[in-house]
Amino acid sequence: MEQQTAGSLVGPEFEIVIGLEVHVQLSTRSKLFTACATSFGEEPNHRVCVVSLGLPGSLPVLNREALHSSLKVALALNCKIGSFIKFDRKHYFYPDLPKGYQISQYDQPLAQHGWVEISAGEGRRRIGVTRVHMEEDAGKLVHSEKGKGSLVDYNRAGTPLIEIVSEPDMRSPEEAYAYLQALKSIVSYLNVSDCNMEEGSLRCDANISLRPRGSETLGTKTEIKNLNSFKGVRASLEYEAQRQAQALRSGQLIIQETLLWDADRNVTRTMRTKEEAHDYRYMPDPDLPPVILENSYIEETRQTLPELPYDRRERFVRDYQLNDYDAGVLTQERQLADYFEETVKIFAQPKKVCNWVSTEMLGLLNFKHLELSEFKVSPAQLGRLLQMWEDGSVNGKVAKEVYAQMVEKGGDPDRIVEEKGLSQVSDQSALEEAVAKAIEENPKAVEDFKSGNKKAAGFFVGQVMKMTQGRGNPQIITQILKNKLDG
Amino acid sequence: MPTFQSGLELRDALAKGDLRPTEVVEGVLARIQSVDSRVGAFLRVYADAARRRAAELESTGPKGLLWGVPVALKDNLCWEGNETTCASRILEGFRPPYSAFVVRRLLEEGAVLMGQTNMDEFAFGSSTETSALGSTANPWDLGAVPGGSSGGSAASVSEGAVPIALGSDTGGSIRQPASFCGVVGLKPTYGRVSRSGLIAFSSSMDQIGPFSRTVGDSALALQVIAGHDPADSTSVNQGVPDYLKALGQGVEGLRIGIPAEYFSEGLNPEVEARVRESLEQLRSLGAEIVEITLPHTRYAVSTYYLTAPAEASSNLARFDGVQYGLRVGQDGGPPKNLLDMYESTRAQGFGAEAKRRILLGTYALSTGYYDQYYLKAQKVRTLIRKDFEEAFKLCDCVATPTSPTVAFKFGERTKDPLSMYLSDVFTIPANLSGVPAISIPCGFDAQGLPVGLQLLAPAFGEEILFRVGDAYERSCEWSSKQPDLS
Repeated sequence: MEQQTAGSLVGPEFEIVIGLEVHVQLSTRSKLFTACATSFGEEPNHRVCVVSLGLPGSLPVLNREALHSSLKVALALNCKIGSFIKFDRKHYFYPDLPKGYQISQYDQPLAQHGWVEISAGEGRRRIGVTRVHMEEDAGKLVHSEKGKGSLVDYNRAGTPLIEIVSEPDMRSPEEAYAYLQALKSIVSYLNVSDCNMEEGSLRCDANISLRPRGSETLGTKTEIKNLNSFKGVRASLEYEAQRQAQALRSGQLIIQETLLWDADRNVTRTMRTKEEAHDYRYMPDPDLPPVILENSYIEETRQTLPELPYDRRERFVRDYQLNDYDAGVLTQERQLADYFEETVKIFAQPKKVCNWVSTEMLGLLNFKHLELSEFKVSPAQLGRLLQMWEDGSVNGKVAKEVYAQMVEKGGDPDRIVEEKGLSQVSDQSALEEAVAKAIEENPKAVEDFKSGNKKAAGFFVGQVMKMTQGRGNPQIITQILKNKLDG
Repeated sequence: MPTFQSGLELRDALAKGDLRPTEVVEGVLARIQSVDSRVGAFLRVYADAARRRAAELESTGPKGLLWGVPVALKDNLCWEGNETTCASRILEGFRPPYSAFVVRRLLEEGAVLMGQTNMDEFAFGSSTETSALGSTANPWDLGAVPGGSSGGSAASVSEGAVPIALGSDTGGSIRQPASFCGVVGLKPTYGRVSRSGLIAFSSSMDQIGPFSRTVGDSALALQVIAGHDPADSTSVNQGVPDYLKALGQGVEGLRIGIPAEYFSEGLNPEVEARVRESLEQLRSLGAEIVEITLPHTRYAVSTYYLTAPAEASSNLARFDGVQYGLRVGQDGGPPKNLLDMYESTRAQGFGAEAKRRILLGTYALSTGYYDQYYLKAQKVRTLIRKDFEEAFKLCDCVATPTSPTVAFKFGERTKDPLSMYLSDVFTIPANLSGVPAISIPCGFDAQGLPVGLQLLAPAFGEEILFRVGDAYERSCEWSSKQPDLS
C-alpha cells in the first residue's frame, strides 16, 4: 500500500525521504522564562511583562512546569534524557523577536534518540526521534492591509515550545501524516498542549528529498515551512515529491531552499535559498545556569506518565478482543478511549460499544463539528441505551432515534423512550394480530414467502413495523410469521 | 552641613536627629552645584524628587539601614520612570517601567537617590571617554580621566557629592575608576548581588557593587544590595552575613598572597612602590605575606576580550529600534523599511567602541570561529578560575595593584584601543573567575594622583576583604584625603 502510494507519486526509480520538525506549544499557565500568562486570542500586548518583552536589564528564569511538561513528552517519545542540559541563544533580527535572539537549546538538548510508532500502509513501524528540545516562541507581526506598516503583538513571545525533530525515516507523505497523528495523539494524552494546528499550538516544518531507490546517501532536500494543517502536510509533501521527481527526471538539480506551501493554489513557493541562510551564532545563554536533571526526578516524572496510545491500543486488543484497527481508532484520542472504557463498564459488550462509538458517535461528532468535551451524552447514558437495545426494550431503529435526541438535547434514554412512547412492542398477541392482518392483506407476498423468497420476509416485517409505528420487535415478528406461514 | 567622613557616620547622625534628611539633600545639591559643573560626574540630578523623598522620609522617621543617606546610580541601573540610557544615544528617552533589584533595595532601606552618573557607553571602556552624553573629569586632576566604565559614580564619591554610589564591574569597571579617583570600590562575588535591572554588558561577568570613601561604607552598601533574587537565575540563594561585623577585627594571623605575575613589566614604578608600602603596612599590622602564583594571568586579557564582546554583541542585539529608544532611517528621519531601520538605528545609535565590540563579538561567535575563539576562551577561563582555587589554599586573600598606572590624561589612549584594554589587566581575572575584589586607596604618586591596592578573596569571602581593607585603612590617613575642588 505504502509502496504503491510512493511509487505512483514519484515512479519506481525514486525513494522519498522525509523528516519532520514539529513545534508543540505547551499549555502552561505562564511563559517559559517568566511568570506572565500565556494566552491565545487575547487583546494584543496584554500578556506581556518586562522579561517577555526582553526589556533592557530583564532576566529569564526557567519555568519548572514547562520543564516538567517537556520532560513528559520526551519520556513518552522513548528518548534518552540529558542529565546536564543548557539553554542557548539563537541570534537573528526580526521585529517580533524582542531580544534579537531566541532562547533555545543547541548542543545539549533535553532529550535525544527516541522513537514513535506509526501505522501506515503495511502494519506498524518505528520512526526515529533525533532530539527534543525546549525553546521560547516569538511574537507575531500584524501587517496593515493598506501596506502602511506592521504592528507587533508580543503576547505569544516567550510562550514555551518543544521542538521534536525526527530522523529522515519516513518514506511517503502518508507516513509523515501518520507520524504527525501519532505525535499529536501522544502529546494530547499527556495533557500538556492543545495540539491545535489551526491555532498554531502544533506547527510543522517538513524536509523532503528524493534518491534513487536502493541508494543509501541522501539527496538534496528542500524544507517546507509553517504548515498549518494535517492535510497541508500531506498535500505539500505529495506536491513536492512530484516536483522533485519531475526535476530529477529531466536532469535538473534540486536546489536546497526553504519553501512555503500555498494552500490556495496547492503549490510550494520559494521563501529563501541556502545562500541567504542565517548564521545564528549560537552561544550558551549566560543568564541561565545549566540544569542538572537528577535521575530520581526523571524517574518520578516517568511514573506520572499516563498509559500512552500505543500501550492502550494493545491493551484494547488484548482485553476487549477488538481488532487492531478498531483499537487504533478508539485510542487515538485519550478522551475517546476513556469514553469507550466508561461505557463498557456499564454495558459489557466491547465490540458493540466499539461499533456504536466509532460509527454512530464519531459520525455525529464530525457532522456537528463537536468536541468530545462538549458532548451531551454521558458514557452511562450510552451504556444504558445499548443495554435497552440488547434486552429488547427498543429496537435498533428506535435506539438510533433516541440517541439522536440525546445528542441534541441531552437526557436519559429511559425517560425519552417513556415520554415518546417508544418502547418496543413485544406483546405476543398484539404482534400476532398485526401479522395476521398483514398476511390477509397481501396474498401475493404470502406466495412469494412460501416459495422461499427472503425479500418477502422483509416485506412482512416492514408492514408490521408500520402498524406498530416502528416499535415492533423484529425477532418476534419473524418468529410469528414463520409459525403462521410454515405451520 | 558639616563634612562627614563616611556614610556610616552620616547615617548615625541622621538616626540620632543631629541632622535631617532634607538638610543632607540640600547639602548634596549645593555640593553638586559648586563642583559637578567642573567634574561632570552626574548625567541627571533629580533635585526635586530627592527633596520630596527626603521630606517623606523625615515625616515617617528613621527606618532602614540607609535612612536619609544620599546615593548615586550608574546610568545602566534601571530606575522606574526615570530615563536610563547607558550613556548611549540608542537608549535616549528610554524610561524603564521597573526598577533594578538593587534600586528597590536601596529605597527599601531609606536611601535618597540623587541622580544617575556618567559612564562609558554600555560600560565599554576604562576612562568614561566613550560616553555619548558628556565627559567626566578626575576630581584629583581635571585634565585626567576618572577611569571607567563607572567613572561618573567614582567621581561622584570622590568629589564629595555622595558617600555611596553604585557602579557595575565587568572587567574592573568599579575597581579601576575607584583606584583612579582615590575611593573604595567593591566588585562582589558573582551571584551575590542580583543583576536584575542592570542593563547587561557581559552577563557572565557583570556584577553591581558600591563606591564609597571608606571600607566600612562599602560593607554597609553591600549589606543592603546583597541577597537572593528569584528574578535572576544566577543570583545565589545563600544567606547574607553581617558584613559590618568584619570591621575592626584586625589582620592578625591572616595570610596575604602576593602573585609574582602582577608585579612585572608594564607596572608603573610609583604604583608598585605604593602597593609594596601598603603590603609592608599590613605585615606590620600582623598579617603574613606569602608568595603565590597565578600562572594563567597572562591569558586573562585575551580571554576577556573574546568573552565580553561575544556576550555584549548578543546582549546589544535587542537595541534595534523596534520597541524603545532611538529609531531612525538613513537620513535621520523615519526609516524607509525594516532593513533601513535596523541599519540606521544601530549605525547612528552606537558609538565607535560599542560598534568595535559588537563586531569583535559577532566574529567570535560566527560559524567556524566559535570553537576557535569563544569556546577556547571558556576553557582558558576555567584554568584562570582554578589558579585562584589553588592560590586560596595557600592564603586568605590576594593583594595586587588595582591598575598598572594612575589616571591618564584625556585622549591619551582613545586612539589605541589595546592600550586602553590593558589598563584592566589586573582587574579582569576576578571577573573571569567570579571571586570578589576590592580597591582601596593606598597613597599618591608624585603628581598627587591616587594609587589603588586591590584585594581578592575566595567566592563569598567579602568579609575578608572588609576585614583586611578596614584594618589597613584605619592604619593610614588616605581615606580622609579629599581632592581640592575649591
